Amino acid sequence: MKIVVCVKQVPDTAAKVVVQNGQVTWGDAPLVLNPWDEYAVEAALQVGGDVTVITMGEQGGNEALKHSLAMGCNNAVLVSDPALASADSQATARVLAAAIQKIGDVDLVFFGKQAIDGDGGVTAAQTARVLGWPILSSAAGIEATDGRLKVDRSMEEGRQQVEAPLPAVVSVTKDVGEPRYPSFMGIRKASRAKIPTWSLADLGIDAPRAVVAWPEVSNPPVREVVCEIITGDSPEEIANTLADKILAEKVI
Amino acid sequence: MSGNVYVYIDQFKGQPLPTSWEAVGEARALADQLGGSVTALVAGQHVSEAAQQAIHYGADRVLVADSPVLADYRAEPYATVVANMAREADILLFPTTTRGRELAAMCAIDLNTGAITDVTAIELQDGQITATKPVYAGKLLSKVVCNARPQIVTLRSRAFPKPEADASRSGEIVPVEVGLSEDEIATKVTGYAEAEGGVSLTDAGIIVSGGRGVSNNPKLTPPDGMDEKEAEIWRARQGFKLVGELAEVLGAAVGASRAAVDAGYIPYAHQVGQTGKVVSPNLYIACGISGAIQHQAGMRTSKVIVAINKDPDAPIFKLARFGVVADLYDILPPLTQAFKERLGK
Repeated sequence: MKIVVCVKQVPDTAAKVVVQNGQVTWGDAPLVLNPWDEYAVEAALQVGGDVTVITMGEQGGNEALKHSLAMGCNNAVLVSDPALASADSQATARVLAAAIQKIGDVDLVFFGKQAIDGDGGVTAAQTARVLGWPILSSAAGIEATDGRLKVDRSMEEGRQQVEAPLPAVVSVTKDVGEPRYPSFMGIRKASRAKIPTWSLADLGIDAPRAVVAWPEVSNPPVREVVCEIITGDSPEEIANTLADKILAEKVI
Repeated sequence: MSGNVYVYIDQFKGQPLPTSWEAVGEARALADQLGGSVTALVAGQHVSEAAQQAIHYGADRVLVADSPVLADYRAEPYATVVANMAREADILLFPTTTRGRELAAMCAIDLNTGAITDVTAIELQDGQITATKPVYAGKLLSKVVCNARPQIVTLRSRAFPKPEADASRSGEIVPVEVGLSEDEIATKVTGYAEAEGGVSLTDAGIIVSGGRGVSNNPKLTPPDGMDEKEAEIWRARQGFKLVGELAEVLGAAVGASRAAVDAGYIPYAHQVGQTGKVVSPNLYIACGISGAIQHQAGMRTSKVIVAINKDPDAPIFKLARFGVVADLYDILPPLTQAFKERLGK
């Protein structure tokens, strides 16, 4: 089984992300493998086979790729090109699809649910659409045998069981199981790995036209609340006062 | 410049999701500003009722793709059908449900345009949408534009007002040829299991959430023979029972912090936060939740936040309108009782 996992590097979830002088900044918080993508890597390693992790991003060290290798992926590829600086999701999907085709004979592509920076959640479906492969999204359980894929999908209303022929694209939920920790050996292997960089020329495509743009990013308005601490002589008294106060807000 | 505003009605087994009507309402508002019209798109099987409702909520015209191949939701045939129906659109709106987001993404590829997801506000100038979208889980807000047509936008649930249905409104219902046969569709649905009951987090007007603190009741004695972890989970389940009882009286959904989910107290489907669900109810009651930045990201836009926590320094109190510094086991039972009396239940 030949598997590709598409991942992204993002600021850590605990980072205090703010806009300063028009620039998005997260101080000295580390860049990490997008938390949702950890589950995609985990799901890929559970299915097993030859697992290649790819990301599109800037030149230089890439923590998302390193962490994925340390978890157990066999290969990593960085797709990087100055012409991709303003790529939107559909442009990214077209580039990832080209990279998947360059890897060749891929059976299965994994994505996480969404990246915690842009919170778009569209790249998996778009990459599948560009490839013309089935997308089985929100996968909670995955079984791939004899050229067929069985997925247990977690939908708003319940669980849907679906099957599709390979090759296919899967996006996963946290239900696939807790991501494994990188082993000591894995970390050593990852730190020594020479990760190839592919440019658009290597992929044999022109930069796809970006159509979505972000003219302005800002800090959200400060939430002006003063917390009123409810006190009383007994839990019952506190509960009664609190219930009255909540009802007075007319939110029930 | 024309004003063909299209809107997708997300339905499950023929039942439209209520957030679809919020999207129809916004489509109506945009079309009125543009002097244009609203076309609703309905795909599925036995969906004529949904089409009629779309008119009551503000559509001028409904394109209906009704076919056995659309009986179950599958991304590929739905995307193909919806993209084909939307070729004349200048603006194409979806509700941000799992299906809506996925179809918006795929239609953007088919129609050679872009998709802006999960927006909370829309401004319109000369036919160009500038959408406001929370990014970094709401730590920042971004203005987003799409420089191709149609402009595909998915609307965050509860961010746009739901219009009143008007049964006297009339409009045109146009059946559309689906033109797909079952053997052209690679994905097959082999089974379905309904989720356990209860109110879904995304649609909930009220959410009662529990955190790590639900397992800390020292007054409970776990049954004999449990190891420490089993006893902790047993305690937590008793704590979540109290959370659930309050939720039931309020008609609320039950949420949880990541800490509670990771500790195995409650399934992941209940998680609120950066790597769970992002919610924005009218009332959010946080019980035994300290309010880590990742949790705040998922609930900070709730209208009224109430925090019950025994640690007076917990960050959750900085967001809360009302706070109680106490053990949740002491407060929740009388609070449930107080609401029972006041709401006549």
